[in-house]
Amino acid sequence: MTLFEKIWNAHIVTRIKGGREVLYIDQHFIHEVTSPQAFGGLKKRGIDLFRKDKIIATADHNVPTKNQHLPISEPLSKKQVDTLIQNCQDFDVPLYGLGHKKQGIVHVIGPELGITRPGMTIVCGDSHTSTHGAFGCIAFGIGTSQVEQVMASQCLILNRPKTMRINVNGKLQKGVSSKDIVLYIISKLTAAGGTGHFIEFAGDTIRNLSMEARMTICNMSIEMGARGGMIAPDQKTFDYIKGREHAPKGELLEAAIEYWKTLHSDEDALFDTEYTFDAEDISPMLTYGTNPGMGIKIEDTVPSTDNLKALEYMNFQVGESLLGKKIEHVFIGSCTNSRIEDLRQVAAFVKGKSKAEHINAMIVPGSKQVELQAKEEGLDKIFEAAGFELREPGCSACLGMNEDKIPTGQYCVSTSNRNFEGRQGPGARTILASPLTAAAVAVEGKIVDVRKYLN
Amino acid sequence: MEALEKLHTTAVPLPIENIDTDQIIPARFLKAVTREGFGENLFRDWRYDKDGSAIPDFVLNNNVYKGRILVAGKNFGCGSSREHAAWAIHDYGFRVVISSFFADIFKGNALNNGILPITVTDEQLDKIFKAIEINRDHHFTVDVASQVLTIDEDFSIHFEIDAYKKECLLKGYDDIDYLLSIKDQIEQFEAQQVIY
Repeated sequence: MTLFEKIWNAHIVTRIKGGREVLYIDQHFIHEVTSPQAFGGLKKRGIDLFRKDKIIATADHNVPTKNQHLPISEPLSKKQVDTLIQNCQDFDVPLYGLGHKKQGIVHVIGPELGITRPGMTIVCGDSHTSTHGAFGCIAFGIGTSQVEQVMASQCLILNRPKTMRINVNGKLQKGVSSKDIVLYIISKLTAAGGTGHFIEFAGDTIRNLSMEARMTICNMSIEMGARGGMIAPDQKTFDYIKGREHAPKGELLEAAIEYWKTLHSDEDALFDTEYTFDAEDISPMLTYGTNPGMGIKIEDTVPSTDNLKALEYMNFQVGESLLGKKIEHVFIGSCTNSRIEDLRQVAAFVKGKSKAEHINAMIVPGSKQVELQAKEEGLDKIFEAAGFELREPGCSACLGMNEDKIPTGQYCVSTSNRNFEGRQGPGARTILASPLTAAAVAVEGKIVDVRKYLN
Repeated sequence: MEALEKLHTTAVPLPIENIDTDQIIPARFLKAVTREGFGENLFRDWRYDKDGSAIPDFVLNNNVYKGRILVAGKNFGCGSSREHAAWAIHDYGFRVVISSFFADIFKGNALNNGILPITVTDEQLDKIFKAIEINRDHHFTVDVASQVLTIDEDFSIHFEIDAYKKECLLKGYDDIDYLLSIKDQIEQFEAQQVIY
């Protein structure tokens, strides 16, 4: 059996006529955007939250990343966050909201708090819930009516997806990181290549990645159309979890680890679809179009495409190189890349250097804990000296629901996960990249190959 | 959700193909916070002109046809996934929609909101439109349990429906009602689960 099947089968409550299954959900994360109507639904039915110990809330999409101690100024954002606060009070849900010392982006704080653990089923009304799959769990995004289902019954009625394994083997070049790996894979599979499947990432390259790097890869599994992505747990996973606030301790932890060690696909497991890639073929990646599948190696030129609308929107031409393109904004943040290792990579690169004068460079840490750790390590001083703005945690410019929007027609090299038209603001031009590439772009003021700047 | 077991009613013909959900309920009406009141805006831009006056020719306005069954051209409910389209159809008063093809997401939304989508062949759809045209008081019978749509003594159609969704319609359940009804099983599952 595959790892996916082992975990899925262990969570089936019952099978329904017609082929669907009722799946038990171990952990439910909620945030302010996709929860209001679900809570409203419970109130209308006159029922309570079924399992109050299996739900956690945070405010991340709408929050400002500056002056979080002040009331939110944008009225609709304020309303959504206030509604979450009220609902959490009415229904007794722990809220890691503004002002909480462990507040942050939902997919950053789950693992940080030791809530995300191998073998679990985890859902949230947010596409990038797949991030938690890095711990060897089945984690995926759901719609608001499904949020209500989980609130009411701790279960979901689902069709079982197909399974896919993506192997990556070999040694990564210097300057290439997990963000480049996943952008490379999506460029090969396309934004719809994983549709109907749940992906398992495997291979020695994946094994050699840290937990945070694994989270980046699982985070973007949905950008290839898959339901979610997962990586089998190992010693790195157990070490990451040990000592965290909600993690099991002592004998319970030992028992847990014994079980977690069984969580891997069997030798003879069969997947519906399988791919294998060579890590040495991966270069720093950039996207040139308006979906995450439209990516190229930094040294390649814009390929011919049927999607001329995308090229027009980005103002790129077939056959041109992106190197040397002047960039106005760099955004380092989002649930894809905003953890301490990402910030350390950026700091190591920009130390002693300065951002290009015309560029706006913003770093938004994924959580208060990341922010605190960055300050303890002196990274904030490095960023400040280099002219980078270090903000407070939130989803920020990934999707521009708060004030952090990119102006029309301007380019932003972004460590986030989506480059759709208007994603970061109407007419904003998003180029997805790794934190290291983004750092190099910020310093040079234009698109560059970061490998040329490393000793 | 109201249960649907048997229906005996006249039908409203809308022989237009590819009716997308923006026609069923235009985007500007999506801000409401409850599921009620959408019936007023069903096919809004086909029923009313820019000044808000009723367009007399449109089938919902001309008083020729009425009933709780809507018969529509193929690919009904295509376009955006908005569940509001199903709410609007239900709130207006329809309980069954007959077409030769339904968009997937609309079909799921309809079933989860007490509306039965019945898929027939192109030929059967044609026959149904003709039957309504000949006699606007023509009554149709829908029997959910036996999955039969009866148009005439000598013309009836067996329709397909997902077994789980059929049970939900007969009981007046949406997915949450169903899950609440199996709470015992969920608690049994929890009792045997080992949590690490």
